Amino acid sequence: MSGTHAMTDIATPARRLTTGRLVVYGAALAIALGLFLAPFLFPDVRAQEAAARICVFIVLVASYDLLIGYTGIVSFAHTMFFGLGAYGTAIALKTMGPGWDAIALGGASGVVAALVLAVLIGLLSLRVKAIFFAMVTLAAASVMMVLASQLSDFTGGEDGMTYTVPRLFSPAFKLMTDADGKVLKLFGVSMNGKIAAYYFVFLSCFVLFVAMMRIVASPLGTVLEAIRENEMRAEAIGYRVVAYRTAIFVIAAVIAALAGVVRAVWLKYTGPDVALAFHIMIDILLMVVIGGMGTLYGAIIGVAIMSLAQFYLKDLMAIAADATSSVPLVPDLLDPDRWLLWLGVIFILLVYFFPAGIAGTLLGKGGHK
Amino acid sequence: MTNLSSAVERLGGVYLLPLLLSTLAFALIGSPSTWMTLTIAGLAMGMMIFLMASGLSLIFGLMDVLNFGHPAFVSFGAFIAASVLAALASWVSGDSAVMNIVALMAAIAAATAFGAVAGWFFERVIVKPVYKDHLRQILITMGALIVAEQLLLVIWGGVPIQVARPAILTGSVIVGDVSIEVYRIFAFLLGLVVFVAMYAVLNRTRVGLLVRAGVENREMVEALGFRIDRLFIGVFMAGSALAAMGGAMWAGYQSLITASLGSELMILVFIVVIIGGLGSIQGSLLGAILVGLMANYIAFLFPKMALASNMLLMMAILLWRPFGLKPAVK
Repeated sequence: MSGTHAMTDIATPARRLTTGRLVVYGAALAIALGLFLAPFLFPDVRAQEAAARICVFIVLVASYDLLIGYTGIVSFAHTMFFGLGAYGTAIALKTMGPGWDAIALGGASGVVAALVLAVLIGLLSLRVKAIFFAMVTLAAASVMMVLASQLSDFTGGEDGMTYTVPRLFSPAFKLMTDADGKVLKLFGVSMNGKIAAYYFVFLSCFVLFVAMMRIVASPLGTVLEAIRENEMRAEAIGYRVVAYRTAIFVIAAVIAALAGVVRAVWLKYTGPDVALAFHIMIDILLMVVIGGMGTLYGAIIGVAIMSLAQFYLKDLMAIAADATSSVPLVPDLLDPDRWLLWLGVIFILLVYFFPAGIAGTLLGKGGHK
Repeated sequence: MTNLSSAVERLGGVYLLPLLLSTLAFALIGSPSTWMTLTIAGLAMGMMIFLMASGLSLIFGLMDVLNFGHPAFVSFGAFIAASVLAALASWVSGDSAVMNIVALMAAIAAATAFGAVAGWFFERVIVKPVYKDHLRQILITMGALIVAEQLLLVIWGGVPIQVARPAILTGSVIVGDVSIEVYRIFAFLLGLVVFVAMYAVLNRTRVGLLVRAGVENREMVEALGFRIDRLFIGVFMAGSALAAMGGAMWAGYQSLITASLGSELMILVFIVVIIGGLGSIQGSLLGAILVGLMANYIAFLFPKMALASNMLLMMAILLWRPFGLKPAVK
């Protein structure tokens, strides 16, 4: 332990508070506060839905950043682990009825499944080149996708499944009552089960995020960065690279699965589109790269920006498509359904010109050279 | 034990695996005519996948570039071939065998030519700035795949497209009590011709010698004064053209294509490249045949296992040989 303290002391001069740092920390803090107060700031249902999604995605993206940003592993199986957590919970809630035991058992089995699978994939293929690993995970993820849609007796196939969650989280539940026994209103917001559900999501995500902050600040995090920077040297110093890589892959998988559990409990619906589809993986990739690889704060910023962009880019494109409706082909390119096209272009440009992402650039971290 | 393994090595080593697989399947299937049909279907499918996979494997072997955008060439090839065939509908459906073949050749040529040109553009614009940086390569080519798939949707729309198959390649011939689809024979022969041509170029010409040397040790070839970057563009264009050709063949095979065709095939192509070992076309052929046979046998024996079976095959082979069956690069 004392060794790490010495290391942080050496690193201290570089950790001055620059403007860039202030901006990143400020933005992250503002977003976190916004999410904390979301039910009071944005009382309508859609905004709450968006806030809960952002919470879960921050955890998901940050856990992916542990792999891609901190360790330099490219995996395409992150949604698979997310899906395992979500599906485990969903299947248990569906078959056992709404109860805490169902969430605990289903969530635990989902997480364990993710853990076992991650160990298997990690040990099998992390010893070879990064590029092999990317291909293996991609193949594994697509097999999982096919399985989920084929085993429709279990998973509900393409339609997914809806279920009920414990009474505490249902909107009809009275979390706080006033003297008349009615639902208490605090700053105009009813203290019902929806609030309880939102704070369940927020707190779980907060705990997971703090855990990840702890992991990257620990000696383990330092070793991982060493592996990213120079694998041979890390091995030569005496760190078992395969073991460390497998460890972080498993940790990230477990965190993703836990995020999946939270998502399943909040949404009361689990299907390929919200838990397993490949476009979620692409979303995660975009968010990590936009926010900045190798900084957990980047995850917060990336998720917030992408969520806003997804929301507004479509509107903007609809306007642009209308304005250019007389020109051939252009409206097709600007059709709101084609927003992924433009996001893809932006993504490519970002990887070219700002490989460190927003947070990485502001924090002055080189990221990858 | 050593005697046995050296005997196996003399007989062909890992090249015996498809034989082993088909013998095993024969025992499980029982009926010789069904087995024959499945084997031919598997070989035809394997050859088409070989077309798509060989380029990817060579590109990686030579320049250490993994192109996740490779499937985009496959889908563009498929759609271009479908459009050409649709444009030449009267030739395609006509009775004249010559016209049939001209239309078919036009479709395949158009797809292949597009693949080559698009490959050149792709290499210059997308891949070149990120040589030697695997992480950014994966990210950028993945981004390019997304953009390409969206462009497909812009150009051809979201509805599945019916592909007209030339009249001469429809129907089947009957040998004994086995009926063989003509298109499968054609696909197999085309794949075989491409393989032989590639093998000859790589092993009998000076350019091929340089490519093989480049796969083995790039710096050394550069140090001897050869412009390996030019060689690389050539290989990249050829690989992309082959992918587009494979896509065109696949379009005729499936007869109904959607924009997600490329990403669906991507998994199979990757599995083939991993099984075969990066950088060698023999490995790609071996992997493609194995995957094709496996997919057809399993689809018949245990329909639900079809895709998972190839995944398991890949896992098993990775456990046995972490670098694939016949890698040219270690």
